[in-house]
Amino acid sequence: MSSDVMAIQTAEGAAGRPWVQTLHEWVTTVDHKRLGILYILYALLFLALAGAEAMIMRIQLMYPRNGFVSPQVFNRIFTMHGTTMVFFVGIPVLFGFANYLVPLMIGARDMAFPRLNAFSFWLTAFGGFLLYFSFLGGSGLYGAGSAPDVGWWAYAPLTSRAFSPGHSSDYWTIALLVAGFGSIGTAINIIATILSMRCPGMKLSRMPLFAWLNLVVSGMVLIAITPLSAAQIMLCVDRYLGGHFFDTQAGGSATLWMHFFWIFGHPEVYILIIPAFAVLSEVIPVFSRKPMFGYPVMVGATIAIGFISMSVWAHHMFSIGMSSYGNTFFVLTTMAIAVPTGIKIFNWIGTMWGGRIILKTPMLFCIGFLFNFLIAGLTGIMLGSAAFNWQLTGSYFVVAHFHYTLSGSFLFGIFAAFYYWYPKITGRMLGERLGKLHFWLFFIGFHVCFDLMHIPGVLGMPRRIYTYESGRGWDTLNLLVSIGAFIQGIATLIFVANLIFSYFKGAKAGNDPWDAWTLEWSVSSPPPPYNFAVIPTVASRRPLWDLKHPEDPDSRYE
Amino acid sequence: MSMTNQHKTEWRAVAARVAGVLVLLVGVLLVAGLCMATPVDNPVPSIFDPHSTPAESIRQHSYFVLAITGLIFLVVVTLLAYAVIKFRDKPLTAGREPAQVYGSTQIELAWTIVPVMIVLVLFLATARVIHAIEDARKPATAVEVTAIGHQFWWEFRYPALGIVTANELHVPVSDPAHPTPTFLELLSADTDHSFWVPQLAGKTDLIPNRVNHTWIDPHQTGVYLGQCAQYCGTQHAKMLLRVSVDTPEEFDAWVRAQKQPANQDDKEIAGRRVFETTACLNCHAIGGTNGTGRFGPDLTHLMSRSTIASGAAENTTENLRLWIQNPDAIKPGSLMPAMKLSDEDLDALVRYLETLR
Repeated sequence: MSSDVMAIQTAEGAAGRPWVQTLHEWVTTVDHKRLGILYILYALLFLALAGAEAMIMRIQLMYPRNGFVSPQVFNRIFTMHGTTMVFFVGIPVLFGFANYLVPLMIGARDMAFPRLNAFSFWLTAFGGFLLYFSFLGGSGLYGAGSAPDVGWWAYAPLTSRAFSPGHSSDYWTIALLVAGFGSIGTAINIIATILSMRCPGMKLSRMPLFAWLNLVVSGMVLIAITPLSAAQIMLCVDRYLGGHFFDTQAGGSATLWMHFFWIFGHPEVYILIIPAFAVLSEVIPVFSRKPMFGYPVMVGATIAIGFISMSVWAHHMFSIGMSSYGNTFFVLTTMAIAVPTGIKIFNWIGTMWGGRIILKTPMLFCIGFLFNFLIAGLTGIMLGSAAFNWQLTGSYFVVAHFHYTLSGSFLFGIFAAFYYWYPKITGRMLGERLGKLHFWLFFIGFHVCFDLMHIPGVLGMPRRIYTYESGRGWDTLNLLVSIGAFIQGIATLIFVANLIFSYFKGAKAGNDPWDAWTLEWSVSSPPPPYNFAVIPTVASRRPLWDLKHPEDPDSRYE
Repeated sequence: MSMTNQHKTEWRAVAARVAGVLVLLVGVLLVAGLCMATPVDNPVPSIFDPHSTPAESIRQHSYFVLAITGLIFLVVVTLLAYAVIKFRDKPLTAGREPAQVYGSTQIELAWTIVPVMIVLVLFLATARVIHAIEDARKPATAVEVTAIGHQFWWEFRYPALGIVTANELHVPVSDPAHPTPTFLELLSADTDHSFWVPQLAGKTDLIPNRVNHTWIDPHQTGVYLGQCAQYCGTQHAKMLLRVSVDTPEEFDAWVRAQKQPANQDDKEIAGRRVFETTACLNCHAIGGTNGTGRFGPDLTHLMSRSTIASGAAENTTENLRLWIQNPDAIKPGSLMPAMKLSDEDLDALVRYLETLR
């Protein structure tokens, strides 16, 4: 029997307990809320590490032929930056919010499998620590400790023993393999919870969009992570058990790795962005004072995105020499996925239309998301057009594109989530003035950095280079890009300061600071360990709207 | 309250001035960047400055894609900006909930059908260009080159002409009336690489155990810059490319010079002895010597190239000397070992290499 159930924690009661006991409770917790917080804190730690790696790269690239770091170090840094951001920032933070919010939103007391939940978190956490241990333990042939330097896609045959002696790329392989199993565990948990633990009256068609979209994401995780795990096991077989799957010197196939990786890799980027869509689908209605425009279409479009995303993977491989028929097929599927994605953007604008838009920080980040994601989608269309892709891929144009989707969209959605749900999780509001400062500084820094970054790309600058020649028109642009990166770094520090300061000094939030409509706002902030004293019964998509507006309930119109 | 005519004129003047300053600033920055260039014909390898058929087709197509995406951007941003400005919370409406609209089937249909049509148009346009470039037939007049990617240099072989060279590709300019394009077969000796000279063609990868193809059809003579565009290891950044598009006469002269046997000038026999009795010949080939190594570039006509170490340094006496003695000073992590020669041997060797025109 967990001590969480026995004692209702109050701030006064907790102060008297030894810190070892608190630590023990957190390490052994199976409470979805605490695991959610652990995931989020873990992601913030790795965001700081990966952000520092980004700053190192941008300092090196400020000037042509710069000598801030050696090529060996730079190549490890870009590999670790990408790997960390995708696997140890993106996935943990989205599972963190899903873990915390999904049971609350569907009127449940916890996830379906609390111990699996904890196990999955610790697998993911271990993966991250193992990856970073490589800086100390991953010695290559020449003796120095080293992190993997094969890029976050770890293309074969660069990862074969011939070209990656020592153990550095093994750290990449094993860390991600283990973390992948953690993701699969959480995905199973979310699906089981949503399908079997919704409160009475909450048909699937009355479930908050946040829960729906996390259901789709979890399904995608189950399908997409397994090819990567399989490929990683095959790589281990190649490196240690005499296999030759990807060993081109023995007749193996480099393109086989590419197919395996990208069949994971493309759905993965949708796995990252759909939770940001989920945040927008909760925040925009509340801050426009209107229900989501076109709820069934939003669900359908997300399911469509989930399916189509499984069919586009080779648009990452347009330059590898596939036949014109192969290339053309992937152009078609890639363009097709733009349709449901565009529909979602239109529906969010439709939600704002005719509303009463409250321009507080969560909403500012949502509006920033819409602007940035529109541009990201359009440069995505350019990249999806294979012929145009032959000039754009492998260059800084595509680096700018995917940072638009990740820094400019995913991260904006996560920031919106922080500002919206921090009051629920901690009981205090994040500072609004600091929040607006964070938003504007980050927005400006983001655009200085990533708008300009498109230009060296079209002027011929490839990616993953530790230095470049002067006189190609890239010099000043790279300097400005680096300045934009530094500005984003400062903005993020302001955000972290806000998180810490508000924890101690923020205004008390109460149950429902935003006048919102989903079930998590019906309990205290923070919620009690058991979430709901009485499991609620709902009659519509917005149960709290019905309670606040008994003369005009949603249940009359749905 | 609308702006008076005077306000409007003032705004226009300010806007014009700002736009002018911006254009000037961009121009100054660009020229400043160009001024720092080494004297190369085409210092900026821009995809929007093509001089070869496949690159020109791509640019043409890109304008079409940019026009459509630009239009979509304008429409959606206008709607977004309008929504934020028009429907933002104002003191008059504070506290009152707006009409709770749940959706509209007609609007959903409209903004589904239009994007589907746009997607169809873009897809068909793209398919046409893919086919035109990828399925182009090789004419009998084409120059054939086999490019082999290495960590971190390019091997170029002209099988029909019996020529082997490295890093700097020479091709004849192609007259649209009587085209003489160059068709390349792309192979790799080790990891993945990518052949990218933006002004001549889109990039195509060089993948071990796989034969890829690309072609260029350059219409203007000059030197074009490019570099490897697929991460291939430590010195991916300095695996540079130079393509020299020559007049037919220049190209023939170059071919004839490349076909000559290596210079056997006995004045530099000491240097040649150094080459033949150290590990140099394990990696490098020089015609007429015992050196038949293929791990490193063929040095038979080393002095016909303007750079060494795949573009990482100019081909000068000092750089040759430095490259042999301490390659890490030029390209740390390249697979050229430091040869640890005595000064005397090193000088003799460099003098010998400089006879290899």
